[in-house]
Amino acid sequence: MSFSVLLVTLLILTVIGFYMGRSRAMASVSGHPRNLHSLPGYYGYFVAIWCGVPALFIAGVWLVFEPQIVRGLLVTSLPEAMQNLAPERLALILNDIRNIASGGIASQEADPTMQAAAEYYNGLRQNGSIAMAAVVLALAVAGLTFGRSKISPELRARNNVEKFIMFLLVASSVIAILTTIGIVFSLLFESIRFFDKVSPAEFLFGLDWSPQTALRADQVGSTGLFGAVPLFAGTLLISFIAMCVAAPVGLLAAIYMAEYAPYKVRVAVKPMLEILAGIPTVVYGFFAALTVAPFFKDIGASAGFAISSESALAAGVVMGIMIIPFVSSISDDVITAVPQSMREGSLGLGATKSETIRRVIFPAALPGIVGGLLLAVSRAIGETMIVVMAAGLAANMTLNPLEAVTTVTVQIVTLLVGDQEFDSAKTLAAFALGLLLFCVTLVLNIVALTVVNKYREQYE
Amino acid sequence: MSDTVVSERSGMTNIAVRKKTSAEAVRSSLKKRYAAEKRFKAYGVSALLFAFLMLLILFSTIIGNGYSAFVQTALRLDVTLDAATLDPEGTRKPETLGRADYGGLIKKTLRDMFPEVTSRQDKRKLYGLVSLLGATGNLRDLVLNDPSKVGQTVGVWVPASDDADMLIKGHISRDVPENARRVSNREIAWLDKLAAADRLETRFNTRFFTGGDSREPELAGIWGATVGSFLMLTVTLLLSFPLGVASAVYLEEFAPKNKWTQLVEVNINNLAAVPSIVFGLLGLAVLLNFFGMPRSAPLVGGIVLALMTLPTVIIAGRAALTSVPPSIREAALGVGASKVQTVFHHVLPLAMPGVMTGSIIGMARALGETAPLLMIGMVAFIVDIPRGFTDPATALPVQVFLWADSPERAFVEKTSAAIIVLLAFLVTMNALAVWLRQKFERRW
Repeated sequence: MSFSVLLVTLLILTVIGFYMGRSRAMASVSGHPRNLHSLPGYYGYFVAIWCGVPALFIAGVWLVFEPQIVRGLLVTSLPEAMQNLAPERLALILNDIRNIASGGIASQEADPTMQAAAEYYNGLRQNGSIAMAAVVLALAVAGLTFGRSKISPELRARNNVEKFIMFLLVASSVIAILTTIGIVFSLLFESIRFFDKVSPAEFLFGLDWSPQTALRADQVGSTGLFGAVPLFAGTLLISFIAMCVAAPVGLLAAIYMAEYAPYKVRVAVKPMLEILAGIPTVVYGFFAALTVAPFFKDIGASAGFAISSESALAAGVVMGIMIIPFVSSISDDVITAVPQSMREGSLGLGATKSETIRRVIFPAALPGIVGGLLLAVSRAIGETMIVVMAAGLAANMTLNPLEAVTTVTVQIVTLLVGDQEFDSAKTLAAFALGLLLFCVTLVLNIVALTVVNKYREQYE
Repeated sequence: MSDTVVSERSGMTNIAVRKKTSAEAVRSSLKKRYAAEKRFKAYGVSALLFAFLMLLILFSTIIGNGYSAFVQTALRLDVTLDAATLDPEGTRKPETLGRADYGGLIKKTLRDMFPEVTSRQDKRKLYGLVSLLGATGNLRDLVLNDPSKVGQTVGVWVPASDDADMLIKGHISRDVPENARRVSNREIAWLDKLAAADRLETRFNTRFFTGGDSREPELAGIWGATVGSFLMLTVTLLLSFPLGVASAVYLEEFAPKNKWTQLVEVNINNLAAVPSIVFGLLGLAVLLNFFGMPRSAPLVGGIVLALMTLPTVIIAGRAALTSVPPSIREAALGVGASKVQTVFHHVLPLAMPGVMTGSIIGMARALGETAPLLMIGMVAFIVDIPRGFTDPATALPVQVFLWADSPERAFVEKTSAAIIVLLAFLVTMNALAVWLRQKFERRW
């Protein structure tokens, strides 16, 4: 029985449970709902929950643990010689067995042992799914019977159901926390393995980055070099260029929108900025690589100096364009939050509008604007696709925006796309970079959000 | 007023001696101040114009490069379906017909059309006008559908190769000197001859919308990626919408105001700003390595994107719930509803339009997201259309990324066209969100 059939059966049982519970409750008071503690529907939900939830929970647990158990059983069924192979070889053999079992192509000629193992594996999986269906359905029926037997006019069905709903609500709000914990632990765990191989000092302060490890130990660069400073330099350079574009343009646009623009212009321009904000980053990346980079290269060529075709400049400028709506919408909010009385006071003293903006509103809004800019910086640092497509892979230590540089995110992508071996420093380095990226953006975000919130409170 | 008169009448000497009154100082600086005012306003306008210009350039490059991918050049070949080649035993069995050498037939047809081509090198160039893989497929389908055609001469439209296609569409210029252009003069002459004989046509490119990925640009389609994206977004929606709404309801309506709730709130705000690639790392380390889920599967991609959009949905949901006035809650509680009944029967339905708007915007962002999908192996080259949540698949933005990396000129066109399709989906989703907001939003 396939899993989806099982799910549908379970669903049908649950619905049946609902109606059984409701009718039983009605029958128990011989059709007078006013003698029940709760509305009749709650008795239905009560039975439905007892029927569906435990069964579904067991099904979920089963799905998570089945592969490991099947694998363990399969390994113990293999001949001794195979069991004692190195883990990678064993994984390869298991993979082959699975391929044979599903009728696919194995990487080597199937010998009888493998064939037998494949049959055993198929048998295990079949038995497993039958057993799961049996257990889950039995549990559902048992739950249904139990729930139904509990029904009496005095049963506080509504309170029970509401308690369950509250449990669901709390559980879902914990998911967000679990995600953070998951991120932190997965990054930390792999990073610690990385720092076993490469010292943190070398990683943080080393000046050479070439993670490609040679195959033979006696070749040049057999260990790989994991000094991440060139990546930091590249990331900062590109983010700086991006902010040079986004900060003035975004801010001025926000000021114009908040202070000058007539209502009609506002209504027309807002969607345009939203479109700019909604364009996927991969599109910006394509735009940078296809249009902007060649454009800068041509300009450079006609002005007589060489601009590399994957320059930091092109990636930075396009990233800046991407961030403009982000800066402008935050600054717009911040500027409109400045109380009207401050504007009126300044205008009443005879200041022009621009003087009011520059000398009164801007200083008043400054903390909020700085917070917004910090958020924008954190986005620029974490942005991936534009730099992957337009910035290049060369880990140059340079502040020259006309050369190709690489960034932390580009390196994470290049290290993890393709084959991964989770015992090599090369793959693990990506997690160390990810941890660093996470920490830096987290600090930036916390600082920025605190600043923005403090600012909001000040004027509320 | 009298001051003005005096200062205007009295000459230079007077002013030099007397200290300016403040009114005079103001007046003399007025011109400068007004100029500054105008300048400042102009900066604002030019900032907006700059953003607008960039948007315009971006759209015009993409559309200019991509619109031609919706049509495709096809060649009409009169192929003699030689029975001796296709079906030497005369059984007309589908297996025999399916494995026959259609490529040879097409090459022969081309040779017959241009008898003057003799050298091996030229012949290879001649065959290069046609997309052999596509032509073979077309011919095979034709024969398998109607085996009685074997032995006859049929006119079939076959896709042109990517270079020929680019030339006909004008993406490869004829004015460029021959050695700097991918298509030689002879090939151009052949194509012109075909065009003169009415054997060349540009027609709507159905394959682009119905096909999977391919190494040959003229055969590559986005249907596989679209299905992958759709499966992924289904998972994302099924996970992030209920979870997001539930946490928004809990945090906004039930949670006690204490340290724990505050922590959850700070956590959600920060999660919303975590770089998307970090979610990809989470998916790789936890879902793939720890739970052993399949690589490249829409299921895993959907879960990762759901975790990423969850904060957006929660924040939008909370905003929508706050905007429902307390009087609604008080009225429901007043007539004896429980707290849970109040929220689920009254507050949540009223907040629903806002919640849905937020979710759709979150979904749109998830649809355009690429970086986390690269981490969980959705960049593989996948020709088959995925049929389930655990089949290997790719997604639209990833397809854009993959094609953008390909060196062929024709892939620039395909990439741009894929972007147009992607943007069309995004615009539709956002328009839906705006429509929902305008139709159902209530001002209390």
